[in-house]
Amino acid sequence: MRIVFYRLVAVFLPLTLLEILCREHVIKPLILPPPSRILLGLWAVIANGAFNAAIVKTLANVGLAIVLAVVVGIAAGAAIHRSRPLRTLLEPLFSTYYAIPIYAFYPLFIVVFGLGDTPQVLIGFMLAVVSMIVSTLAGLDSVPAVLGKTARVMQLGAVETVRSVTMPYAAPYLFTGVKLAIAYAFIGVIGAEFIMSGTGLGYEIRFAYDNLDNDVMYPLILLILLIAVAVNMSLDHWDRALRSRRERG
Amino acid sequence: MMMRRIIYAHPALSFVVTLLVLWQIVYWLVGPNALLPPVETVVYLARLLQTARFWGHISETGTAFVVALAISVVAGLATGLALGMNRTMAEVFEPFLLAGNSVPKIALYPIVLLIFGIGMPAKIAFGAIHGVVPVAIFTLAACNNVPRILLRAASTMQLTRWDMIRSVLLPAALPDIFSGIRIGFSLTLIGTILGEMFGSQRGLGYLLMTAIGLHNVQVIMSVTLLLVLVAATANTVLLQQDRRLRNPGGTSFQKPD
Repeated sequence: MRIVFYRLVAVFLPLTLLEILCREHVIKPLILPPPSRILLGLWAVIANGAFNAAIVKTLANVGLAIVLAVVVGIAAGAAIHRSRPLRTLLEPLFSTYYAIPIYAFYPLFIVVFGLGDTPQVLIGFMLAVVSMIVSTLAGLDSVPAVLGKTARVMQLGAVETVRSVTMPYAAPYLFTGVKLAIAYAFIGVIGAEFIMSGTGLGYEIRFAYDNLDNDVMYPLILLILLIAVAVNMSLDHWDRALRSRRERG
Repeated sequence: MMMRRIIYAHPALSFVVTLLVLWQIVYWLVGPNALLPPVETVVYLARLLQTARFWGHISETGTAFVVALAISVVAGLATGLALGMNRTMAEVFEPFLLAGNSVPKIALYPIVLLIFGIGMPAKIAFGAIHGVVPVAIFTLAACNNVPRILLRAASTMQLTRWDMIRSVLLPAALPDIFSGIRIGFSLTLIGTILGEMFGSQRGLGYLLMTAIGLHNVQVIMSVTLLLVLVAATANTVLLQQDRRLRNPGGTSFQKPD
């Protein structure tokens, strides 16, 4: 309870300070409007519906990138887990992948795939899929070899083996993978929209910035932050609930 | 069988060769309008590297990156240590750090530009925004992983707070902190480049952005190659150091799990 109180203080104290500084014009409204005005602006932006198409577009692309990354990531992870040479070959990729500026490839994607949704989804997918593959590998590694043998001795079918042997061990790792994939898909898609595209929240923020339209820009930035934080926190919460249930039962 | 032996003997080399072959195949598939084949990219990059203007861009990016990295490491370490030394503070602020990690930071870019204006400070700030959170998160986790007994021993010996950081906390937490710095290094580089793409008239990111505008495939490919080479090399070196810290040959201290 005390912790929650401190957290609230940690959120609202700086906000209040910012509000005062902005209202006293210590911080110019051209740089940052008062937080209360940003919040009202967010309400207005959602209520008037002008950006609904952009919001839907971004969420749809993020969703597509997540689904692709999870499905491909688990399939690829399972395949790589079976083949020792393939795994040895790809190990250097996994260890350096997130050091590489993926956005640098975005221009190439635009040249190859045009200015539709594909380049954005692809960037989100590319950022997300590798963490899913790595998590899948870690999950499959965590299944004790003896249980795999037991399943074979008991002549369990493939589906039954996955359900009753693999999943209980691998599920927490897979969940971590999904969580990472979701965060990366958001970062990838919105970043790509921001760099160069004609639709989506990232593009709208860029457009508002280019037009010095702070009344649209700040609420949209806030919206993105709120969505990302809300998704992340609810997944965390769910994760913790699952873990504590596993430990108890 | 032959292939397998080569892969096991030289994993990194086999990976690079595979990548080059794939690159060439993709080039044959999509054509010269979209891609440059590996050899020509290397040749073009070598030619760029002989011009003074290109080195100007490199040094601009390099300067921004080094300053941003210094800020990321110092601020990240300070935040992580401050939270790591105090249970309550750690519990209060850890969710904020984790949330900060999952946020698409590119959305914050306009704010950085409004505050700093176009130029060096904006790039540095954007690089630092990317790097500071992972360094802080890893440092905090590292502090939490320090065996309790060491901390109790330190307080029994009545070490001052500073002595305790210097001679107990930092050495015990170093491997984890180093991992954080390694990840912070990569993210700071990505952040700096991204910063240059929008808010700058100089640097490799700017070069990339103008090349996109002019559809100059040669420049896009060579700059991308250079960035990937630098990032991958730095990461490999840091990763080796990281493993050495975690697995020091023949030292006596082992962290109990």
